[in-house]
Amino acid sequence: MQGPTCAFVFSEAYTRYKFSEDHPFNPKRLDMTLDLIRTLDLLDPQQIVTPRPATEEELRRVHDSRYLEAVKRASAENADPDAFGAWGLGTEDTPIFPGMHEATSLIAGGTLVAADLVMAGRFRHAMNIAGGLHHAHKASASGFCVYNDIAVAIAHVKETYGARVAYIDTDAHHGDGVQWMFYEDPDVLTISFHETGKYLYPGTGEITERGEGRGYGYSLNVPLEAFTEDDSWMEAVQAVLEPALRAFQPDLIVHQNGCDAHRYDPLTHLAATSSIYRDMPRLTRRLAEEICDGRIVMVGGGGYDIWRVVPRAWTMLWAELCGRDLPPEVPATWLDKWQPESPFDLPALFLDPPNLFEPIPRRPEIEEKNQITVNRALNGTPFLAL
Amino acid sequence: MLVEQIMFQDVITVSPDTTLQEALEIARRHRIRHIPVVQDGALIGLLSDRDLRDCSPSTLEAPADNPMATTPVRQVMICEVHTAHPLDFVEDAAALIYRHRIGCLPVVSQGRLVGIVTERDVLHTLVEMMGVNAPTTRVEVEVPDKPGMLADIADLLRARRVNTSAVMVFPSSKDGYKTLVFRIRTMDPRRFIQDIQGLGYRVVGLPTPDGEV
Repeated sequence: MQGPTCAFVFSEAYTRYKFSEDHPFNPKRLDMTLDLIRTLDLLDPQQIVTPRPATEEELRRVHDSRYLEAVKRASAENADPDAFGAWGLGTEDTPIFPGMHEATSLIAGGTLVAADLVMAGRFRHAMNIAGGLHHAHKASASGFCVYNDIAVAIAHVKETYGARVAYIDTDAHHGDGVQWMFYEDPDVLTISFHETGKYLYPGTGEITERGEGRGYGYSLNVPLEAFTEDDSWMEAVQAVLEPALRAFQPDLIVHQNGCDAHRYDPLTHLAATSSIYRDMPRLTRRLAEEICDGRIVMVGGGGYDIWRVVPRAWTMLWAELCGRDLPPEVPATWLDKWQPESPFDLPALFLDPPNLFEPIPRRPEIEEKNQITVNRALNGTPFLAL
Repeated sequence: MLVEQIMFQDVITVSPDTTLQEALEIARRHRIRHIPVVQDGALIGLLSDRDLRDCSPSTLEAPADNPMATTPVRQVMICEVHTAHPLDFVEDAAALIYRHRIGCLPVVSQGRLVGIVTERDVLHTLVEMMGVNAPTTRVEVEVPDKPGMLADIADLLRARRVNTSAVMVFPSSKDGYKTLVFRIRTMDPRRFIQDIQGLGYRVVGLPTPDGEV
C-alpha cells in the first residue's frame, strides 16, 4: 500500500462537544493529546482526515427519529432544559447546550468516516479520538453521550459492505448502548470489559447478558472487580479476545479505548496503570493483522483524569496503531506547556513506574474472582467451541 | 403495579379430555412449563411439565404402547390451583409464588381464566421496579430511623438536577438506623455523595482496596 497506513480523523470542531466548564467530560483532553502526538512528531499531514457530520439517515439506523427531533430542539439557543428529561437530556450528566446536535453528529460522522476508510481499503487502520460515546441509547442520552458514534459506524459498514463487526470495549464503564443496539444481531459481536456494575454506572454488563434471539451468544461481558490491577486486567482481556475473535472471524474490529480504568481516574474504582494502554492496542492490532487484514477502527471514550492519564494513554494508542516506538519520557516541552494549568504533577514517563501506588491488600482474591468471571463468560458462549 | 399489567393474556390451554401426549407436544412447541386446564372458559386444573415428565416413558425403554396417547389430562392435572386476580398487586403475586414455591399463577376473574403470570414475569417486573435495567449508579445511605430522612436526601438530588430511577428503604444492620438505596441516573455521583456527607449522613457500600465499607 502506498502512503500512510493509519488515518487520524480529526476536526478542531470536535471540542464543541462540551457540556459546561466544570463537567468531567472535558474536550481539553483532545487538545492535550493532539499536542502530545504532534510534539512527538507522530502525525503526518497525509494521515489527517477531516470528518463530515453523520446524516440524519445514518443516525436513524440506530436512533429513534423522535429522539433526533428532541436533540435538535434541545440544541436551540433558548431551549428549556426541563423539557427533555424523558430523552435523558437536560440533566447534570448530559446538560443541553446550543449546537449539541451538530457537535455530536460530527463525532458520529468521524467514526463512520474512519470505518469507511478502513473498509474501502484506503487505510489499514483508523482512529477517531473524539468517538467512543458508547452509553448513548436508541432513544435516550446517557452518561455524557448523545449520539452513539460507534453504533452509527457499525450499522453503516453492515449496510454498505455487509461486514461482520467485532466490537471491543475496554472503558471502565459497561458499553451498554452499543450492546443493546445490537443485542439481537449475530453479525455484531460486542465484548465489554469493565468494572462490575455493583458500584459503578451504568450497573449493567453482567455475564448473563449474552444477547437475545439470533444474537444469543454475540454479547460478551466481563465484569471485573473494583481495584483490579494491570496483570489481572490484561490476563482477562487476552483470555477472552483471542478465542472470541478467532472464532468469530470479523471483517472489522472496532475498539473503544476509554482510559478510565487507571488508578488516578476520579470516577471509577479500578487500579490499572498506564501500561495497559500500550498493551491493549498492541494486542488488538496483532489480532486484527492475524484475523481481518489489520482492519481496525480505534475510538476514544471515557477518561476523567485529563491531566495525568488521557494524553499519555491515547498517544500510546496512536503510536501502537502506527507501529511507532515512543521514548520512555514524555517530552519536556509538552510538560512545560501544560504543567502550569494542571492541578497535579504531570507524569514524566509514559509508563507509570513500578510501586507508584500502594499494593492492593486483596489482590489474590480479586485475581481469583476475575479468573472465575472470565471462565464463566467464555463457557457460556455458544459459538466458542472450547 | 397490578397483575393485569404484567400478565400474559393469550394463554395456551388444554381441555380435560386432551391426551397427555398432545399436552406434552403443546408444552414443547410453545416452550411452556405450565398449561392451565380449561372447561367452558373456567379454570379446572393445572398441568405442569413435571407432571408430564413423570408420565413420560423412559427414553431407555423401547417405544411400545405409550399410555400417554390414550390417557386424558384430567387424570393427572392438579385440581387445587393457586390463582391470582387481575387487580392483585404484583408484590402479592410474588409473595404467593414464593410462599408456595410454585412456578406460575393462573389469573382468574369472574370465574374465567383471563391470563397467567409466571415466576419469570414477576421477577422481571421486580427487577424493573428496582430500576436495575436502567443505566444508573447505586448510592446507599445510612440514616437514623425517623421521619424526614428520605426527603433530606431527595432535596439534594433535586438541587443537583439528578433523575432517580428507583428508591428502596431497607432495615440497617445497625440498630436505630435504616438504609436508603438510590439508583440515580448519573455517571458521576461524587458531588451528590459529598452533599450527603455534608449533611452528616454516612454513605455506605462503597468499595475500598480492603473491601466494602
